[in-house]
Amino acid sequence: MSKTQAKEPFMRIAKRDQASFGKKFTVRAVAIVLALVVDAIFIFSVTGLNPLKVYGVMFQGSFGNSVRFSWMLRDLVTLLCISVALAPAFKMRFWNIGAEGQVLIGGLATALVMVEFGNSLPTPLLFLVMVVSSIVAGGIWGFLPAFFKANWNTNETLFTLMMNYVATSLVASATDIMRGTASSLGKLNMSTQAGWMPMFLGQRYNVNILVVLILTILMYLYLKFSKQGYELSVVGESENTARYAGINVKRVTIRTMIISGAICGLAGFLIVSGKDQTIATTSAGGQGFTAIIVAWLAKFNTFYMALISFLLVFLSRGAAEIASTYDLNDFSSSIIEGIILFFILGSEFFINYRVIFRGSESKEVAQ
Amino acid sequence: MKKFITFILAAAMVLSLAACGGSSSGSGSGSETEGATASSDFKVGVILVGDETEGYSAAHIDGIKEAQKELGLSDDQIIWKYKVPESQECYEAAVDLVGQGCSLIISNSYGHQTFMVQAAQEYPDVTFVSMTGDFAAISGCDNFKNAFDNIYEARYVSGVVAGLKLQELMNDGTLTQETQPDSFDADGNVKVGYVGAYNYAEVVSGYTAFYLGIKSVVPNSVMEVLYTNSWFDIDKEAAAAESLIANGCVIIGQHADSTGAPSATQKEKDNGRICYSVGYNIDMLETAPTAALTSPTNNWSVYYKYAIGAAMNGEDIDTDWSKGFADDAVGITELGPECAEGTQEKVDDVISQIKDGSLKVFDTSTFTVDGQPVTTAECDLSYMDYTQNPPEVIYQGDTVEAIVDGAFSESTFRSAPYFTLRIDGITEDAEPVQ
Repeated sequence: MSKTQAKEPFMRIAKRDQASFGKKFTVRAVAIVLALVVDAIFIFSVTGLNPLKVYGVMFQGSFGNSVRFSWMLRDLVTLLCISVALAPAFKMRFWNIGAEGQVLIGGLATALVMVEFGNSLPTPLLFLVMVVSSIVAGGIWGFLPAFFKANWNTNETLFTLMMNYVATSLVASATDIMRGTASSLGKLNMSTQAGWMPMFLGQRYNVNILVVLILTILMYLYLKFSKQGYELSVVGESENTARYAGINVKRVTIRTMIISGAICGLAGFLIVSGKDQTIATTSAGGQGFTAIIVAWLAKFNTFYMALISFLLVFLSRGAAEIASTYDLNDFSSSIIEGIILFFILGSEFFINYRVIFRGSESKEVAQ
Repeated sequence: MKKFITFILAAAMVLSLAACGGSSSGSGSGSETEGATASSDFKVGVILVGDETEGYSAAHIDGIKEAQKELGLSDDQIIWKYKVPESQECYEAAVDLVGQGCSLIISNSYGHQTFMVQAAQEYPDVTFVSMTGDFAAISGCDNFKNAFDNIYEARYVSGVVAGLKLQELMNDGTLTQETQPDSFDADGNVKVGYVGAYNYAEVVSGYTAFYLGIKSVVPNSVMEVLYTNSWFDIDKEAAAAESLIANGCVIIGQHADSTGAPSATQKEKDNGRICYSVGYNIDMLETAPTAALTSPTNNWSVYYKYAIGAAMNGEDIDTDWSKGFADDAVGITELGPECAEGTQEKVDDVISQIKDGSLKVFDTSTFTVDGQPVTTAECDLSYMDYTQNPPEVIYQGDTVEAIVDGAFSESTFRSAPYFTLRIDGITEDAEPVQ
């Protein structure tokens, strides 16, 4: 026996067994409280404002009036839609970092159809073509990396990431062509409003909310109860097990990524037709990346995704409201948002691992 | 437990959907704006494409703050929205400002206008101003306004400053066919360069005025225009300036918002090239201490004092507003240390001539198109949808004869520029800088 064995480290980290629901809840609640405290210190030291008042303003960002509340919901479902799209891919352990591009290309397909056929097709047919083309475009953007991964084991993280840049460049050049001699594209089909989502309960984007609600439920059922959902989770856990069980890994990989890309493409359609009525390289607005955080934090449960999407949208709207009300710039709101995110992500660590200090360990051993 | 939570969440989503549908029709905001004429509840909303770190928006912020001071508005009476892109977010920012009780809402970027007009149609009691926009008069929306300034006048004067420098360089033998042979074309004309953002009327109008200013002093000059396809790209603007200087250009003018071109010009000058810079928006002397001659600038405070003041008093704002030197709405910055002797006197003289109308910037006797003098120039002021081929009219405008009393009458039929003639002596590069 060597002497070193007796010298136990002051602190070490061990994997936790499944934490109880109560414990998880406590850890997360503590994380949010801590985040708010650190933010309060930041706000006070930088601005000298009363942090509680600032948090009140933050709340106003999403709940200030009915219009803001409905915008918050609309932003929530946009993020949720992309997260839902990512869920099957990530559950299959296929790192789809390309949601941004898949959304953009779906949006671009929608926009091109609006512009090219807005005057010639009857409305129902126009919408059908828009939806189908956005799904196909997004599906292709999902299919390509999956096909290469399945056949030649290419790195899907890099592949999907690169596809984002391709999509962004395509959108950039298409908008550049479409704007003609005007300095910016503006709204598409301004005079005819062809391809603009119809008004539903007073707002165009209420259709988005409805569609995403349905998608969320369907994806939950697909992942939880369908054979395909089971197959992809087996592939995610272990490809060899999947093969042994007679699952065609190639097929499942490609099929799952087409679904993931297609739903992203549909999100692009919802953004262009229901929300913006125009297309730009910023149409996806980085939400393709934010959705990765959402999908992971929710552990691929689409209903948790709704909750986390809400939290993130609430944060960003609130932070923007703080910046506007107190005449601060963008950076301060990003810092406030970042601190909260940091603590939430950090809390996942304490849910999965526990920290063991020198003293406590010896007691456990003694027992 | 898990199932319970998912149920609650689903229920919450369904309920919130219903709540949203019932209440989101944009109501509840109109009442707040009524009676906003009393100056203490009077609020102005400002939608900016950038923030104070970006020159173009900074100039607007300064102008509004100056107007605020002059009109005695408190900080609570101005609500700022920074970094609002030219997208649906602009509409949302506008509607949000209405909700916060603003009775005047100003946006500062051209691409904001289609979103501003949408808000203007929904809230007829609120006045919306889209700076640099071009369809207020033909939009059929009384509470939607445009404003610009006659920046082409200031560009003309900055051209005169550059022309005087050229003249001095050539007269004292610094710049000759021998000392810098590539700066002269085959016909012996001296070369000038211009870094332009896009090939729109606004830029064409500006560089033509700049060139005519130079030409009024140095008739045997030619200009090359290189586009960046961006309003603000410090690297591309520097690359464009470098490329123009490499082509022999002695003066580098610009219609782009960064300090890229002046700093590149300064670098080349320090390496022994004969070259000078005329900036835009801000004094470039800090960036280019010896290369900078001057910069044409917009004094937005003149308009903001007028528009905010009028809105405060419940008066109507002009649908199209554009003023120049006569109202101090434009100017040029302090002259650089290497400006030619007597520049200040000449500048004062030219400005006074512009003010009293004896000098017209686009005087048709000073330029030709395809070798011919211009006697007629029809301008269609319609707002077009260029996504369609052929382009479709969104708002029908008049087609006007822009040549009035022997000069192209810029910014009089509407505030936004519409000068798109390509005059002799200027060549635009086909490809933008990479």
